[in-house]
Order: sequence, then C-alpha cells, then structure tokens
Amino acid sequence: MSEAREYKYVGTRSIRPDGYDKVTGRANYGADLSLPGMVWGRVLRSPHAHANIRSIDTSKAEAYPGVFSVATFADFPDSARDVIDLARNCLAEDKVLYHGHAVAAVAARTVAIAEEALQLIEVDYEVLAPVMDVRDAMLADAPVLHADMFTGGLAETPDTASNIAQRMEMSKGDVEAGFAEADVIVEREYYSPTVHQGYIEPHACTVRFDESGQSMIWCSTQGHFDVRANTAKILNMDLGSLKVIASEIGGGFGGKTVVYLEPVALTLSRKSGRAVKMIMDREEVFMASGPGAASRNLIKIGARKDGTITAMKARLCFEAGAFRGSPMGPGCMTVFTPYDVPNQYVEGYDVVVNKPKVAAYRAPGAPQAEYAAEMAINEVAAELGIDPIDFRLQNAAKEGTQALYGPTLKAVGLVECLEAAKNSPQYQTALAENQGRGLAAGFWFNIGGLSSVRINMNPDGTGTIVEGSPDIGGSRASMALMAAEELGLPSERLKPIIGDTENLPYSGTTGGSRTTFATGMAVVEAAQDVVRQFKERAAALWNVTPEQVEYTDGVASNTSGDDKLTAAEICAQAERTGGHISGTGNINARGAGPSFAVHLADVEVDKDTGKVTVLRYTAIQDAGKAVHPSYVEGQYQGGAAQGIGWALNEEYIYSKDGLLENAGFLDYRIPLASDLPMIDTIIVEVPNSFHPFGVRGVGETGIIPPLAAVGTAVSEAINVRLTDLPCSPPRVLKAIHDNA
Amino acid sequence: MATVIFSSELQRLTGEPRTEVSASVYRDLVAELASRYEAVHADDLMAMAVAIDGEIIHDPLLEQVGPGSEVHFLYKIEGG
Repeated sequence: MSEAREYKYVGTRSIRPDGYDKVTGRANYGADLSLPGMVWGRVLRSPHAHANIRSIDTSKAEAYPGVFSVATFADFPDSARDVIDLARNCLAEDKVLYHGHAVAAVAARTVAIAEEALQLIEVDYEVLAPVMDVRDAMLADAPVLHADMFTGGLAETPDTASNIAQRMEMSKGDVEAGFAEADVIVEREYYSPTVHQGYIEPHACTVRFDESGQSMIWCSTQGHFDVRANTAKILNMDLGSLKVIASEIGGGFGGKTVVYLEPVALTLSRKSGRAVKMIMDREEVFMASGPGAASRNLIKIGARKDGTITAMKARLCFEAGAFRGSPMGPGCMTVFTPYDVPNQYVEGYDVVVNKPKVAAYRAPGAPQAEYAAEMAINEVAAELGIDPIDFRLQNAAKEGTQALYGPTLKAVGLVECLEAAKNSPQYQTALAENQGRGLAAGFWFNIGGLSSVRINMNPDGTGTIVEGSPDIGGSRASMALMAAEELGLPSERLKPIIGDTENLPYSGTTGGSRTTFATGMAVVEAAQDVVRQFKERAAALWNVTPEQVEYTDGVASNTSGDDKLTAAEICAQAERTGGHISGTGNINARGAGPSFAVHLADVEVDKDTGKVTVLRYTAIQDAGKAVHPSYVEGQYQGGAAQGIGWALNEEYIYSKDGLLENAGFLDYRIPLASDLPMIDTIIVEVPNSFHPFGVRGVGETGIIPPLAAVGTAVSEAINVRLTDLPCSPPRVLKAIHDNA
Repeated sequence: MATVIFSSELQRLTGEPRTEVSASVYRDLVAELASRYEAVHADDLMAMAVAIDGEIIHDPLLEQVGPGSEVHFLYKIEGG
C-alpha cells in the first residue's frame, strides 16, 4: 500500500530510452525485419460488403511464375473452429462480411508478382444485401449476417436468428420513481460513428514456419503473448513451438490487440518453406483491421431544481462489425459512473453489421457511452441554469459511491479534477461571438492482470529490466524509474527492454491502461527480489545474517559494524558469492485504481463554412502518481487529440452498397498538429492505495471527455443542440441553416 | 460469511439480489454458488472478473475471501 512520500526517481523526467533510436530511424518496427530467402505475402480482399462464397479457385495463382504458396480458410486446421470468428476474420470461410474481408493470400518472390497472382484467383460470389447501421441491423426483417446467431441475454433464447448478438441490462434503485421526482428531464439519442485508431504504423509481420518446432513471428503488436496464443490456436501449434517477438510499435491504441496477418503469413510460410513478410497498406488498415465501434445511444436524465440528479437511464446500441463482440459491456458499465445517483437503469445491445470487426479503441465503449451521457448532463445543467462544473460537483462520484456495475469506489479524483477545471486559466477566459465552451467528465476502470519481469544485474552494477509489455506509450521509461527507486540506483544504469515470448512467462497485452500499474508492480517485486539477494550476499561476505544488513540508496550497510558495500561492489563479487544476481516478479495485479478526467474545450465556428476551430483546450486527469510526468502529459494530450478528431471530423463513409469510400488519411481526416492549439494539461494526483507508488493508469480516460466537451462547445457556439458526431463542416452548416 | 451481490443479469438466474456464503477461497465460493443455484454454472462464473471488497481481479481462483467481504461478479474488461 502506498503512502505519501518523497521520491528520488519516480516523478522525474528522465530521457526516454527509446528516443535516440526513434528520431534517428534506427528503431525496428514491424516491417523492418527481413530474413534470408524471404518472400512477400499479399491478401485478396472482398469487393462486396456481404456475399456468400460459392467457390474459390486458386489454381491459376498457384501456377503463376514466382508464386511460392497460396492460402485460404481451407488451409486452417480444425482447431481454428475453437476460435472460429477470429479465424474467419483472418480468412473468410463461406461468407464475406465486409468490404475488404480477406478471402485468400499469396506468397511470391515480389510484392508485384503477389499482386498479379491475386488477380488470378477466381471467387464466385452470391452478393447479398448489406446492413450498415445498427438501427437497420436490429430490425426484424434485416438481412442476417449469421444464420446461427441467436440473441443472448434474454429471458428465453429466441428461435429466429438475429443480428443482435447479446443484450445486457444493469439497474439500481427505481428509475421511474426518480424521473417522477424530477423537475427537468432531458431525453435524446446521440450517434457516434465508426472511427479508426489512426496509428501511423500499419500492421506488419515477418514470420518463419519451422517444422522442427522453432517457428517465429516478428510483428507490431500490443501483446505478443496473445499473438502467440491466438495464432497457435488457429494453427493447432504448441505454444512452445512458436516464438513471438514484439517489434517497436508505431501506435496501437487498442487496434493492435488482435491478429490479422500472422496466422495467414505463417500458413503461407508453412506451405512455401520460406520466411514470409506481410504488410498492410493504408487502405487495408482502414478496410480490414479493427475500427472503433459506432453506436446509437438514447439517454434520459432527470434532476430536481436544486441540481440533484434523480434518475439516469440509457439504451446503448453498439455496432460490433462483422462478428459479435462490441464494447457494449464496458459502455454500459461506464456510462453513468461519474455520478452518485441512486436510480440508474442501463440496457445494452451488441449488434453485428457489414463492417470490419471492431477492435478496442482507447477505453473501448466508454467514449461513445459517456459522450451521450455528458452531452445530456450539460443540457440538464443549462436547463436548470446551473454552472456545468457546479452541477457535476453536486452529483460527483467519490469514495464510497457504489458504481452501477457493483463495487464501491475507493478514493478517486473526480472532485479534484472538477475543482482544477474551475480554477483553470481557461475557465476564467471570456468568450467572444461565435465561440462556445464545453466541459465533460470521463471515467475508465483501468485494469491489472498478469505481468512478468526479470531484472538481471551485471557485474558492473548496471542492470537490464526484461519485461513482457510492449511499450506503446512510454512505459519503459517508467519501469526504469520504478526499478531505480527500489534499487536506489540511477535509472540511467537500468536498461528496460521488451522480452520475447521465450524470455519470460506470460504477460498480458499492453492495454487497459494496465502497464505502468501492473507491470510496474512486477518491476517493484523483481527489484525487491534483487535487494533481498544484495542483502544475502553482503551478509555472507560480512559473516552476519541478512537481517543485520540495511540497504538504502544503492548501499548495503552492516548494522552491527562499519562495513558498507555499494550495489556495484556486491555485483562484482556475485560470481563468488552464489552466482549472478537476477530478480523476478510474476503477478496477477489487482487493485487497479480508476482514473477520472475533466476536459474543457473552447471553439469558434465559422458560420459561413461550418468549420470549427479549437481555440483553447485543457485536459485534467487523475494519475494517482505520475511516474514520468512528461509521458503522463503526453497521454493526456494524445487522448485529447484523438477525441477532438472523433468529435470534429472522423467517420467511416460507406456507399449504399456498403463499400468504404474514405480508406485513407486524405479523406479520413485526423487532426494534424496545425489543427490544434497547445493542449494544456493538469495532473491531479489522488494516490491509488493498491500500488506501491500510488499509480493509476492514464492511457485511456483522456479520449473520453473530448467528444462531449467539443460537441457541447460547438452546440453553444451555434446555439443549436447537436447530437450526431462528427461535428464536421457539412453537419454544422446544416444545423445552422435548419435553425436559422 | 462473505456477501455476494448479484447484478440484474445474475438475479435472473439466482432469483435474489444477494446471498451470504461461507467460503474463504474464491474457488470454493464459486462452487458453493453453483451448487446452490441450478441455473448458475461454475464455469460461467469463473470466466468473469470479480470485485472483492472493491478490488477488481481478472482470472481469479485462489484469492482469499474474508468474513464480511463483499463480492461482485463483473464482465471482464479489456482495454485499448
């Protein structure tokens, strides 16, 4: 349990260990490994959003000069049926379910030959009507994607197939009684579109299948242990015969927690006897990886004149894409969590549509759900004539609040974030004509889970921290700082690296804002193991017991004499005192502390064009303890930038036939540095008592508030309540003209 | 005795909002619930996350459950 104390290394701004390699181009990403004799894999993708596959004839492609192998779903073993949705998403079996769905793959001497060979694969499609929107998909007469999908979570399992995979509900108190008490009720439906995480680095891998049991995958991933697990399941391989190495990663945000290319590449490698490299181009990334889910969410909130919220109700409908598994569950669990309201009811639906299967996107489910709730909260506050910060302070969740999903919150920092917002320079700044201000809160649970670390001490007293969590946001630097704090050694003498799946026991995927928390705890455990060994070795040298040795600031002292030894001196003699010193930490971390955030957005709207300019932006969030403040601020700013893009411009645009029309960064417009002002950050620290340093994960919460902060700001600027995202120029202009 | 509080979804299987269980290890608590409620299956509960006294734990098995502990079953949360 953490207590407030002064730290020597934790909380400092050390130079990032990966910085030199990244700015000089030395860093090795997913596409950067080449192997002797390697060939290139490319994928044939569906030109239709929804179609049965009557037949696939690959014979001409197989015979094409320069082709080494061709793969279809038929090449997957029966074990793939245990993870059938995942396998079918890698290669379609008898149906294509979205524009760009992988149908077959070719490995050839060059990319050009592979592309030519793809054109020779003959696929006989029976085109079906697509369903592209959650409302349409839920209709009784909607085209059904899966004949064997029957809605779960109902009192009785229906006997008619549906696009609704799952229904869920949560409740506490009596919402109808709560609404009956209310003086003001706001009820609206909000829409947030399909969006992409926008990572700059596409999916890529280089693989080599080895029949002697030494197969290897090098790939860009947030979780190489799960790449191993899922690939092994699909291809019926032992975990011990497959090594996965995580490359440096150019962004993930949840989108690289799934396998797409790896099982296909390994199949091509097995069939060809060659190493295979596969890289998605940008169009493929948009069409055929895992975007963030679209949703339509109905929110109803009631409050008394005195500002007390009496009831909150939500109906959340999430698009899962082609296969079940939207983030509907977390959406239901987070939607009203910032508020201590006794009467709540939430109903959620997980619905399939003819779009790529969604993947996680930074606090999955929460941005969509909390966008709707926060917009409604702001409208209720406005109806009551109460300042939106004061309204939230009056109803804020705090220690002792029972969340709708069950547990009672421990100490959390929402109130502190709200107070920081109220006192911020931005909130004191006056607005001019055509300008609007919006504020929103956000909540994400954060998770713990499995992490493994080993710290190897070298004879000169330097150390290597081998951890199993790919670094997607600066966690390596934080690991070095936490190890330094425990070992009493400068972080510059401790080198953090990411071990492959053969170096360490299983570590969970980097995501869920778990890494600095959970892997950090494993680092602390490993460092404490090293300190224990330091004491034992010193005791042996001094002929005392370990209990008679103190270790502080890198120096061991004999409490019953004057002897002292530095860590380096102990390490120098390690060979003679029992062998080199190595500490391990393997944990299933529990007690992840949630992180609340509050954001402020000031915008100006050009009423002739509908263009929105963000003038000022402040991101305030509870980090528990910022191990490396620069990285924490970077997470706040990055989440804000992504959320602003989601609010203002980003959406997948489909034709009436279900074909994706904007599969590129030119037409899928994410914010550039020139689009945004400096995003000011305020780090609130309400320590998480379950972590040695008080850490809370921070990577995800920051994307949640921008949607409603910007949506409200735009609404205020044009004096029209907007409900649908993005607030792109055409939508804003239409809203202005419709309400003129 | 630990107090197990059921979500609205689990209440459809148990018929009641909460119950008391005498078990000191999570695995035994799950087994007791499965034996008490016909519609509740141990495998389904073990696939969920759990909050014990406010601490959320994924993949629990041998966690201690103290007398007076409050237990909530949760859907597993994954992140991005």
